[in-house]
Amino acid sequence: MANVKVRRLLLVALGGTVGTAARLGLSLALPDGGGFPVAVLLANIVGAFLIGVLAARLPAAADLRLLLGTGVLGGFTTYSAFMTGTLALWTQAPLLAFAYAAGSLVLGLAAAALGLRLGRPRARRAA
Amino acid sequence: MNPVLFLGAALAGGVGAVLRYLVDLGIARLAGRRFPWGIFLVNLSGSFALGLVTAALPGAAVLLGAGLLGGYTTFSTAMLDAVALWRDGERPAAAFDAVGMLLLGLLAAGLGLVLGSVL
Repeated sequence: MANVKVRRLLLVALGGTVGTAARLGLSLALPDGGGFPVAVLLANIVGAFLIGVLAARLPAAADLRLLLGTGVLGGFTTYSAFMTGTLALWTQAPLLAFAYAAGSLVLGLAAAALGLRLGRPRARRAA
Repeated sequence: MNPVLFLGAALAGGVGAVLRYLVDLGIARLAGRRFPWGIFLVNLSGSFALGLVTAALPGAAVLLGAGLLGGYTTFSTAMLDAVALWRDGERPAAAFDAVGMLLLGLLAAGLGLVLGSVL
């Protein structure tokens, strides 16, 4: 780990703190409706779209990508709560749990692909 | 949620993000960057750990669950990785990254819940 730069770790830590705070805030504003994890779903889909835009605009190794992508959007979106949320929903409403899991995946992939497409600078989009 | 807990969980999310970054770098060094094993394994281990915390330490759900493990695991990069593999023509790898992560993640979280409930 000798070549891991402290500056990069701090950027990820700062971004991750901000992104996590935004997700917690969203979960307070949008409580689970009848056990359905609305806030996690929304954070994950919006986050997938935004990371697509970011990836189209910035090289993977850029400091800003580390701060906003790995940090903010990494902290804003979550996979672990997506998994436990699906299992919790499964015990009450298996069909809804399946729809939540499959829907998150399909919408998440579509959102990332759309972000990549819309994020491309205009001059190159026609190509 | 009181402000101190909110701030603590947010900072724990920052720590989780740093752990994710380091694990991803470490695994990429071992396994290369052809397939995104780093984020794949981060999300499986984080899902297992959240199952464990949910069942065994419900009092720490905000700090360790929503905070630390929420920041450690990521949905956005996982989606971007799968789309990038698909665009590179690596269709089976893309499908495994997306669907395999989902199924194994559910299994990992379930194992964590079961193990946590007997601890």
